Amino acid sequence: MTTSFLDRYIDRQSPVHGLDGRVKLLLTLGYILALALLPPGNWLAYAACAGLLWWAISRAQLPLRTILARSIVALPFALVAVSVVFTRPGLPLFSLPLGFATLTATDAGLILFASILLKSWLSVQAALLLTATTHFFDLLAALRALHLPPILVAILSFAYRYMFVLVEEAQRLLRARDCRSATLPGQRSGGSIAWRAAVVGRMVGTLFLRSYERSERIYVAMLSRGYNGNMHTLTPRRLTPTEQGLLVVGLALLTGITTLSFFM
Amino acid sequence: MQSLTDLLVFALHVPDGFLNAPVALLWWVLTVAVLAVAVRKTSGSLNERQIPLMGVMAAFIFAAQMLNFPVLGGTSGHLLGGALAALLLGPWAGMLVMACVVGLQALLFQDGGLLAMGANIFNMGILTAAVGYWLGTPLLRLFGGKPWGLVVTGFVAAWVSVMVAAIACSLQLALSGVPAGVVFPAMLFVHAFIGVGEGLITLAALTFIVSTRPDLVTTLTSYLDPTTTRRPVDGRTVGLVTLVGLLCAVGAAFISPLASGDPDGLERVAEDQGFLDRALDAPFSILPDYTIPGLDGNASTIIAGIVGLLIVFALAYGIAMLIRSRRQAAEEERSAPRPATGER
Repeated sequence: MTTSFLDRYIDRQSPVHGLDGRVKLLLTLGYILALALLPPGNWLAYAACAGLLWWAISRAQLPLRTILARSIVALPFALVAVSVVFTRPGLPLFSLPLGFATLTATDAGLILFASILLKSWLSVQAALLLTATTHFFDLLAALRALHLPPILVAILSFAYRYMFVLVEEAQRLLRARDCRSATLPGQRSGGSIAWRAAVVGRMVGTLFLRSYERSERIYVAMLSRGYNGNMHTLTPRRLTPTEQGLLVVGLALLTGITTLSFFM
Repeated sequence: MQSLTDLLVFALHVPDGFLNAPVALLWWVLTVAVLAVAVRKTSGSLNERQIPLMGVMAAFIFAAQMLNFPVLGGTSGHLLGGALAALLLGPWAGMLVMACVVGLQALLFQDGGLLAMGANIFNMGILTAAVGYWLGTPLLRLFGGKPWGLVVTGFVAAWVSVMVAAIACSLQLALSGVPAGVVFPAMLFVHAFIGVGEGLITLAALTFIVSTRPDLVTTLTSYLDPTTTRRPVDGRTVGLVTLVGLLCAVGAAFISPLASGDPDGLERVAEDQGFLDRALDAPFSILPDYTIPGLDGNASTIIAGIVGLLIVFALAYGIAMLIRSRRQAAEEERSAPRPATGER
């Protein structure tokens, strides 16, 4: 199993792949924060942000279509936000008669909803760009450089290493259950919902015990190789002048767009 | 292929764009503060053995969320895992493990945003673990080693943890401008069902683990060991449970004006079928239609809610005291020196 379809792109050579993880992480976070700060309905600023992001995606030699297709993952969440269309005060646009009540859409509500969707869509693309061009261990090194507590870095690195092992363990459990759960077409099978939940609960319990015992074996194996509680890593390299420049210019640009958008 | 409930559980993984910048940043500050406490609390008790354990446990929670079971009409139920992690590993370690799970999901799978990650970790990592542990262990104590105590505790702690997470998530969305009257009922309704799945899986997993390897979960087994649970529940535990319960109930009273003012299902049917007027009014009514005479609006509903709450609380407390004194009397009788056998 691989992390996701994005692993296909992670070993490519491109200017974006070659950047230090810290630069990419800070720029991504800055980009998403800038988007969140933009006032609703500021289409020019959104266009500028989208242009910047798509330029970076093309520099990273990632297929824009794949990124766009993948970026709809956040879309189901729009169901929660759609209510702003009908509740935000503004000029009424159209009405939906719905049996018990009539919903009136307003222009302000529609603008806010479209802005939320756009921001969310662009933010997911920015996060996809980061994940597709940065190895997870480079991200961890960046997080450590940004003073994430060492214990969290250690947990994250172990979790990443063993996630795939345990996911495969879980898939084996699921396969074993499927093998034992024959169904006849058109007939109800497999007990009550509580019974099914109890089966899954015991699977979770089994997975816990196997994980626990695995962690003990891992610890003993590490101990026999000289582990004393500290993780030894290479010291992070200094940022090159180009990277420093890019970081400053990128953050300044984002600050500029955000500031300007308040005066437009 | 994502099924419908996966999308619904997804409703707790808030993507970027849906939270206002101030709301998202405020919850980042809260999350960092609580995690800093958790790091400090665990680093005292943490030896180097526990670092691989916690890492593998984060991977375990991640994998356990994949185990699902078919519910109705193509939907499926699966685990969130915060309450389970806290009950197995303790509250602070549980929080750190859950925070890492939420972080991995956001960084690797875009399951939840980066700016919204503070709020997501707070809801799904910190709150679920805190509720799971600080509601779960006092409950275990109250049930005192009874076999069904673990069953009830597992279910209640997991269900409440999901509901609290859903309330917090709704609050963040409401503060970001989504109308509260929509988001609270929708989120709470959906998660009331998701919480049932969570509760059933958690209780089954807990009972399985405790019966298979009771040596592993020392926090739980100390409560299940007959020698420790025989001693009476101390006042602090009772106070804590009471306080948490009252806070939840008062919180519910405050959002009660959001509830529908329409008659409830039974009354509605009665009205439609024309037999409502055949119903008898109660011979007395302290709070007619849950309002206080002479006051109107939301304040009246809230105050009426709290007054009703206090009455119910007082009744329950009185009954519990009665039962307790009766049980104490019975125990004293039992422990009193038996008369010589020949007497009867």
